[in-house]
Amino acid sequence: MLALVIAVPVLCALVSGLVPWRRATGWLGAASAAGVLVLGIALAVGIVDGRPVTGVGGILRADALSAFMVIVIGVIAVLATCQSVRYLEAEIAAGRCTRRHASLYGALVQGFLATMLLAVLAANLGVLWVAVEATTVVTVFLVGHRRARTSLEASWKYIVICSVGIAMAFLGTVLFYLAALHATGHGAHPLDWTSLVAQSHRLDPGVLRLAFALIVLGYGTKVGLVPMHSWLPDAHSQAPAPVSALMSGVLITVAFYAILRFKVVAEGALGPAFPRTLLVIVSLLSLALAASLLLTQRDVKRMLAYHSVEHMGLIALGAAAGSPLAIAAVLLHILGHGLAKGVLFLTSGEILLAEGTSEIERIPALLSRRPVLGGIFAFGLVALLGFPPFSLFVSELNMLRAEFQVGLGWAAVLSLLCMAVIFGAVMSHGRHLLLGPKGSDAPAMTPALVAVPLIGGLVGCAFIGISAWPLEPLLHAAARVVSP
Amino acid sequence: MTGSAYAGALGLGAAVVLLCAVVTLWRRALGAIVRVLAVQGLALACVAMAIGVHEHDAGLIVVAVLVLAAKAIVVPTLILRVVRHDPASRETQPLVNVPASLVAAGALTFLAFAASRSVTSLVPTVVGRLIPFGLAAMLVGFFSLVTRRKAVSQIVGILLVDNGVALIAFLATAGVPLIVELGASLDVLLVVVVLQVLANQLRSRLGTTDLDQLVELHD
Repeated sequence: MLALVIAVPVLCALVSGLVPWRRATGWLGAASAAGVLVLGIALAVGIVDGRPVTGVGGILRADALSAFMVIVIGVIAVLATCQSVRYLEAEIAAGRCTRRHASLYGALVQGFLATMLLAVLAANLGVLWVAVEATTVVTVFLVGHRRARTSLEASWKYIVICSVGIAMAFLGTVLFYLAALHATGHGAHPLDWTSLVAQSHRLDPGVLRLAFALIVLGYGTKVGLVPMHSWLPDAHSQAPAPVSALMSGVLITVAFYAILRFKVVAEGALGPAFPRTLLVIVSLLSLALAASLLLTQRDVKRMLAYHSVEHMGLIALGAAAGSPLAIAAVLLHILGHGLAKGVLFLTSGEILLAEGTSEIERIPALLSRRPVLGGIFAFGLVALLGFPPFSLFVSELNMLRAEFQVGLGWAAVLSLLCMAVIFGAVMSHGRHLLLGPKGSDAPAMTPALVAVPLIGGLVGCAFIGISAWPLEPLLHAAARVVSP
Repeated sequence: MTGSAYAGALGLGAAVVLLCAVVTLWRRALGAIVRVLAVQGLALACVAMAIGVHEHDAGLIVVAVLVLAAKAIVVPTLILRVVRHDPASRETQPLVNVPASLVAAGALTFLAFAASRSVTSLVPTVVGRLIPFGLAAMLVGFFSLVTRRKAVSQIVGILLVDNGVALIAFLATAGVPLIVELGASLDVLLVVVVLQVLANQLRSRLGTTDLDQLVELHD
């Protein structure tokens, strides 16, 4: 079962890579993403009340948290792969991309899904590292797929900064391994998460302090947390829209998932104070940075990218609180943010396609000129800013409540201040983009094939905000995994 | 191998790894820098081999051979292919000049010794005392990444960081589990291939691999 989840996109990558791109292979990619989603749901249904399952000789392991992340990956992947078909057709029609090059894109997107799935299903924290590093390798050429000079610059920055960050995470993993060997001797699998958690009270605190700091800094690079965030706005704004949706919607939260796993072990050895302090610091710095830089953004996709830095800051603060309520809210936020951000990036890709630019100044009055696209963008922004009925409202509220409960009220107040600044900045950009001075052109229509998945994503985001069913039991089971 | 000869061999290997890192700051010709990197890979493989033989760890011996092939031969060859196509293959204007860089490398080495105290205490043998060398090599790699402005110098910086971490892993834990080691080596190799392709694209697009040309994306 677990191997199958990863095998689906791997097989699809092989097929997409071997034949020149055509419409059918594009839809095959979407079918593979849908398959991952279905398998993820089946996995979750089996695990939510029962025991974790393992596979492939104990290399893979899924508990409720893993199953939840598989579902998140599947949902955003369905949206992104559907939109990829349209992106590639437009690029081929415009002569910017050959069919060969398009098939490479298809294969890399599936490889990207496979590496993310391996990351969340790995039993061994070393394998988790290998998988997260592999996500960088497969996404570099996707970021540079448009082959513009700016995308080349973004790809270079992306791989250099992320390789260095992930090297620090590797050192952190090695130090966890050292501590485990020292405490237990050569056991069966000292780097397995379950055995690390079981032994955590015996691990050397001095080493773990250094190790966890390296983990937060290292995986924090991939999450886009300050101080190693500078690649994120470049890579997320230069990548093709479906890739931006995947990177901003799920990849950064998959990296955060790694921090959550290590945090449990670190808490076992060090108590809650040290991991909490560390996460609060990076979170508040990220929020402050996002607030100050969002004010001056001129490009839609860069604005969305900095918005991701903000949301990762919020998630880090929620994780710092660490109570079951906080973790459940963090996980709901991961899904809600993924949906809203995915929809917004895909919409921005559609805007770029229709308008030829993504500069906010040059695309005013979108609501009157392109009512459907503008409407989706408007609702997406409303969701992202945390208004009800969308799920980000619920998750942000619960994270704030949890932060006050554990005595992080001051940090919660600071985060609210940053959110207020960001709210103002995004509103002013959004007002220009959506309302702005009206032109005289007749409204342009958006194809239903484009609009339906995007609207579906927003409806889904609202649905999980209103209804506890069907996610509630899974969220609580997943929260118990990392917050016993 | 007797105890003291073993310690001596490891000490020599670790020292060569750090020395090579410092030499990359000192040399300006990119070709020479890459050759120094190959020597560092060789020293790293020797350290792994020595530990593997001493501990009778067959897996680690295999890893040592892989490290030798990847870091002393394949990776330097790949980078040299970028250097060879670059007409001006010298690091002419680093952000920090060479004497200051060497002073910084000295300071970073002190820092490495201070920072790794908690780790060395867990590895009580002579091997543990060598861990700061790996950390220092890693920090020098960081330094070279932020102060050097050629594409090749940055690739070398990444690999210095990586080799430093690998040295720490060998010394502290006799290597991570085999499956992780294989995956990690493959990843590093792929990163180098990707960087090589990107560097070639940079050259064909900009006519140079000078990263100061990459200034279009900023806030």
